[in-house]
Order: sequence, then structure tokens, then C-alpha cells
Amino acid sequence: MTLMGEAKGRAAGTPKGTIPTLTNLNASFSYRPLLVLVVLIVVTLRPASAVANSHEPTDDEVNAIAKQLYCPVCENVPLDACGTQACAQWRATIYDKLTAGWDGARIKLYFADQYGVRVLAQPPASGFNVLLWLIPPLMLTAGLFFTLRFVQYVHHPRSTSVQDDAETDPDEGYRARWESELERWQ
Amino acid sequence: MLLALLCAVYAAFVALTAARRDGHGKWLVSARNAAIAPWPLLTISCIILIYLIVNDHFQVAYVASVSSRAMPWYLKVTALWGGQSGSLLFWAWLMSTYTALVMFRDWRREIDMQPYVIATTMLTLAFFVGLNVFVENPFLRLWQLPTGNLITALQSPAESWATLFTPADGQGLNPLLRHPGMIIHPPMLYLGFVGFVVPFSFAISALVVRRKDDTWIRVTRRWTLVAWLFLSLGLLLGGRWAYDVLGWGGYWGWDPVEIAAFMPWLTSTAFLHSVIIQEKRGMFKQWNMILIILTYALVIFGTFLTRSGVLSSVHAFAQSAIGPLFFLFIGTTLSISLILLFRGWDHLRSEHVLSSWLSREGLFLLNNLLFMGILAACFWGVIFPLVSELVTGQKVTVGPPYYERTTGPQFAALLLLMGVAPLAAWRMTTVRRLGSAIRKPTAISLLIPIVALALGVDQWAAVLALWLTALVFCVTVYEFYRGAQARSISTGEHLIRAVWAMAARNRRRYGGYVIHLGVVFMALGIIGVEMFQTETQGSLTYGEDIALGPYVMRYDSLDQFSTEDGRVVARATVSLYKNGQPVAELHPRRDYYVRSGQPMTISGVHSTLAGDFYVMLVEWKSINSEGATFKIYLNPLVNWLWAGGIVFILGTLVAAWPDQREFHGYKLTPHPDVGVGGGVA
Repeated sequence: MTLMGEAKGRAAGTPKGTIPTLTNLNASFSYRPLLVLVVLIVVTLRPASAVANSHEPTDDEVNAIAKQLYCPVCENVPLDACGTQACAQWRATIYDKLTAGWDGARIKLYFADQYGVRVLAQPPASGFNVLLWLIPPLMLTAGLFFTLRFVQYVHHPRSTSVQDDAETDPDEGYRARWESELERWQ
Repeated sequence: MLLALLCAVYAAFVALTAARRDGHGKWLVSARNAAIAPWPLLTISCIILIYLIVNDHFQVAYVASVSSRAMPWYLKVTALWGGQSGSLLFWAWLMSTYTALVMFRDWRREIDMQPYVIATTMLTLAFFVGLNVFVENPFLRLWQLPTGNLITALQSPAESWATLFTPADGQGLNPLLRHPGMIIHPPMLYLGFVGFVVPFSFAISALVVRRKDDTWIRVTRRWTLVAWLFLSLGLLLGGRWAYDVLGWGGYWGWDPVEIAAFMPWLTSTAFLHSVIIQEKRGMFKQWNMILIILTYALVIFGTFLTRSGVLSSVHAFAQSAIGPLFFLFIGTTLSISLILLFRGWDHLRSEHVLSSWLSREGLFLLNNLLFMGILAACFWGVIFPLVSELVTGQKVTVGPPYYERTTGPQFAALLLLMGVAPLAAWRMTTVRRLGSAIRKPTAISLLIPIVALALGVDQWAAVLALWLTALVFCVTVYEFYRGAQARSISTGEHLIRAVWAMAARNRRRYGGYVIHLGVVFMALGIIGVEMFQTETQGSLTYGEDIALGPYVMRYDSLDQFSTEDGRVVARATVSLYKNGQPVAELHPRRDYYVRSGQPMTISGVHSTLAGDFYVMLVEWKSINSEGATFKIYLNPLVNWLWAGGIVFILGTLVAAWPDQREFHGYKLTPHPDVGVGGGVA
């Protein structure tokens, strides 16, 4: 947990019953406790924000973002796994941006602006790219639809004769004997 | 090669002439002999090219591009398929091997199909050999013009005063292809791809001669299984190669070329399931034709993708301008196949009806639907960057997140079907009967998700996936047990002997079950890596350590040295401890190929059945600074993937092995439609 998180935790962790409500504030005609609380929160949060901004990113944090980006020069290799000098520089850029307090979404946006959306592991789900996600389920649904139609069709065949399983598959007879033996045994 | 091309074209046209003249005499014999001839001719071509590579004849442009003096002899042999033109020759040679073997089979019962089988296989072979002769000739030599420019040609260009040029050394094989796995990965994949030409050619023949029966399926069942086996092996070895060489800690990156090899595997797997229904119930004849045509088209499409360079891929080491020719070939063969299919559509109507969804054939149909759903997602993902660029002018990347989200649920549904379908009867079963059959294995399989939850697994997808694999495992083992027990009671045999005898009696069914067990183990490995992989990265100096999971890794030293084959190697030595106890000394390294300027990462791996500790040397500083950065993965259960692959292959071998009854006890009966012997009854 970051220092900011701890600060928030402490602020939220005030003992029940001591938090000034609107009713008792009005009753006491005093805003001092509220002001003290606000000042306390501001004072507590300030150093936390400063620490967050100067947080030194770990390699794992850099890789977590690099994994979602593709090198625009190398052939279809994720940035976290690419061994070229160019990719090392881009990982360094991610490091710098994280150090500057950028979050993952903003960094990805930055790379997409700089090198085009092809650096993203998946295109943004907007505009024409929506089709990328729509077509597979549509195809599956269409396949299911046609299969169901097909099944309806074969429910009315020209031939109504259905051979016995044992005729179509010699092994089924053997298996049926096993089944009956098993049932007898049980 | 030119002679092989002439023979292939001659065989195709003479075979078609033989069919038109309605005589299967001298014309057909001549066509058959001509169809065999490419094999020895292309064998000689391959031997000559290997000779040139092994003996450093760098005046040959292909040799100079894929080989170097420092390469060991075995890598020089593999350089035969290390570049575009050589791999095309190798491809053509494999295809000529298949077609020659097909020609040597006993054709008496399918003599009416032989002309079209010859024509189909030879026209396909002619296309590939034609590419070798006219577009990608591996025997072109380097010539230096008076201006100093280099050109490639077989003979000295007329009136150009060019002299033969022999470089002092070759460029050497692409470093990524120098892994031992690459010695057999491409041949396996090619054997798989090329092998599907045989069932495709029989299917086309059946369409042309309008055979309504399933002769083509029975004849090609083993050919299909062998092709499928090699394709599966190729995919598996490719995964292992990626795991060892590409350095991302994974085995499958949803790369377009990986998917290009995976797509024909999907259709052929659907085909292998669907043909069982045609054989047993005379159903889905049209669908099986579509599947084999699709498989063949996807094989050529995959080759087109790999070699055309239209898509970015880590496999882009064999690109050239032959893409449009492939495109033309795919279009032509697909058009002819579809015309033949629609012409014979009515002849291929089902003999029986689908009585119920709750039947073996109904569930197999759902299985096929899911395979097609996965295929559609893969195909769309592969071509979407092209479509997007065409429509919007914007280049996009479709990476693993898309494929995992679109195919993951469908793979889960396939696992469920693998668990249920073996227990369903043909024609129709009742919910009660199916429930009764599945009750015990389901109850046992539920222990796995309960244990997983008790161990703190909180991803619902992982719990579901683990339960599905457990279900398939329990159902499969239960099927073995149930059958063996029944046999043991009726024959008095010991249970283990009963299992053996039962499997020997129906190798196809029980081989299939062994394949299912292989899939279960592979699924375990995939679940382990995809859902439970953890990783970390850190920079260490000598004596420092880094922890991940139960392991602690200490960085001991770094050696840097040059090798005779032109590499500068940086090799770290690290000590691995688990729960405070030393377990291994690992040597992750980075090889830098000076001539090509290409780095390669070789991981250090400590493998157990529980998983791999996988460490890579990400970058290194001067040895004086004693600093290095390591990337570490814990890949739980990953070795089950490789073990499952071996079980999978064994199962396929069992299924492909001829049943005893195919040797003894079964009589050939006259075929009702064609009046000659066909099929077993």
C-alpha cells in the first residue's frame, strides 16, 4: 500500500461517534473540529502525494506496461520480451513516465500517439475496430443458427430407415454385451 | 527440378486423358509412373543442395545466405529448409514422397479414382516445383558484373562479362533457427501440411466420380491421421522452440504464423471427429467434404502467410514476392473444389437422420461447431490487420488478449464436450441414462475444484478449467475401467490384460481416448502457465539474491567469451535455493551473433512436475561492475504440457495402427454403387 493509501486509511479509520455530524455541528455552532479535520487531511496527504510522484518504478511495473505494447520495428514481439536496443530505450521511456507519475493508460496513449495504434497489443474498441470483437460471436451464432436449421432439415429425410447401431458399428454389439454383463454383475 | 516439373505436369494431363478415354490401361500406367518420377528427381536435387551447403559452395546464393564455414555439419543440413527457396524444395520433396507412396498402394478397388488423385496431387506438386524452378531457385549462383554489382543466375548472363563470385564466407543460418528443436520442427510441420494433400485429392476424386460411399474416407483415414500427427508434433515442437529460444517465458504467442499452422489443425481435428459419424451413420458427407477442402485451403493459406510477408511475424525469415502466386493458387483450387462440391451436393446427402442432439453424433456436431467457432476467431484475428489497413488505412496489432478472450470460452466448451460425448450412445440417449453414466466421474472430478478452492485459488475461470480437465480425465479413465471390467467378467481375464486386449481390439477408439488424456495433461500445463504464471525482474550484483515464490536465486558470476561459430556469449551462473536448500545451479546466457548482429536469449531452467523456474539474462553490464539484470518466471505445471504432448502422440500412433480385424476376420464385400470391392463390413 502506498503512503497515500495509508493516509486515507487513517482518515477513514476515525473512531465511530467522534465524527462531527451536520446536526451536532449546528448545535455547537463551531466549525473548528471540521477545519481541524480538513487541515489534518491536507497535511497528511501532501507528503504522500509528493512521495507518490517521486516513486521509483520497479522493473516489474515497467514490464507490466511493456507487456501490453508491441515494438513497431521488431516483428510482432511484445515490448517486455524484445531484446533490441530500440525496445530497451522504449522500456526506459516507460520507466521515465512512471517516475513522472503517469499511469499505464496514459503511457499507452502516449506510445499510440507517437508510433500509431499498432503498438497496442489490441486495437482500441472503437470505430471500425469494434468489428474485431463483434465478428467472432456473430460467426458462432450464425454457425449455431445454420446447424439448427440443418438439424430441422434432417428431421424430414427422404429415407426413414435407420439401421440398428449394432449393424452400423460392429463394436457397438460387443460394447452392448459388456454393458449387459456389467449390469448383471452389479 | 525441371524434369520433376515436366513429369508432374505430364502425369496430371495423362491421368486426366486416361479418365476421359474411360480406360485405365496404358495411359493410367504412364500417368502413375510419371507421378512417381518426381520423387527420385527431387531427392537428387535435395542431396545436391545439401552437398553444396555442407561443402561451403558459397558461389551458390542460397548457400551463402543460410550457411557459414563455422556452422556444424548438422546445422548445415538443416539449412536446407532455413531459407525460402530451400524450404520450398524440401516441401516439394516431401510432397513427392507422399504422392509416390500413394501411387504404390493397391488401387484395384479405387481404380476409378486414381486418375483424379494423380491429377490433383501432381498439379499441386507442379505448383511448388514450378515456384522453385522459375521464382525461387535454390541453385542460382552469384555473378559479379564489371561494375562490381552482384547478380544471381544459373549461368553467366550473356554478353555481360560477369564472373563467378565466391564470398569468403556465408551469412550463416538465422540464429533463431539454430536450436536443436529447429532440426525437426519444420520437417514435422511440413509433413503435416503436405500430408493433407492426400485426403484432399481423394475427396476431389470422390466428387468427380460422384461416389456416394465413404471409400475415400476409409482409404485416407490413416493418411489423415499421419498428417494430423505430424502437424500436432510440429505445433508442439514449435511451442518448445519458442519456450527455449524466443525468451518470453511462454510457448505460444498467438503469432500470425503460429495461428496459420493452428488453423488447419483445427479443421483437421474437426474432420477426424466428423468422419467417424460418416463411417458409423452415413451422415455429414457434405460437411466432411467442406472440412477437407477447408483444411487443404488453410494449408496453402498458411504457407502463403509465412512466405508472402503480408503480416508481421517472428517467423518472417522466409519472405519473398511469391505471395501473389500463392494467392492465385488458393483462389483457383478453392474455386474448382467448391464447383465440384456444389455439383455433387445432392449425391452427398446423409443416409440417416440426426435423431437427437443428445447422441454421440449430435455432440460431435457441436464439437465441430466449436472448432469452427475457434477457427473463425483465429482467421478473423489474423486477417483483421490487413482488413483494417485496407478499410481505414490504419495499421493495428491483434495480440494475445483478443485470441484468449474469443477462443478461451470455446476451448472450455470443447473440454466439456470431451467429457460428455464419449458417454453418449449413437442415435439417441436419454438424459437419465447419460446422467447415470456421468454421475460417478463427475462426483470424483468435483474433488479437484474443491481442493483448488481450499488451496486458495480464487480465479473462477481457473477453478472451472481445472474441473473440466478433471472431468475429462475421470470420464476417460472410467471408460477404460468400465470396458475392461465388463470384459474381465465375461472372459475371466485380469483387469490389466483386459485393458490391453480391449484397446487392441479397437485401437481407434481407445487411441482416441489416450489422445484425450494427452489433451487433459496439456490443458493442465496451459492452465498453469496462463492463469498462475508469476514473474519478476531485478538487477543484482555478485552475491545478491532475488526471491520468487518458494525460490531464492543468488547471482554468483558472469563469464563472457567468444566461440568459434561467431558468437559472443555472456553466461551467468546463479544458484537456486528452495526453502533454504540448494536445488540447482543454472546458466542463463545471451548469445550475440556478430555477423548478423542478432542477440539470442537462452534461459536457465529448473524443471519439476510442479513447474519450471525459468530465468533469463535480460542485459548485462561490464564484468567489472558485477551487475546483471535477470527476468524470472515461475511457470506452474508447464511440464505437463510437454508430457501431455507425448501422450497425445502415443495415442495418435495407437489410433493409426491397423486393428487386428483389418488383418484377419473381415471380408471384403462388393460395393453397392460401383460394383467393386470397397470398405469393410
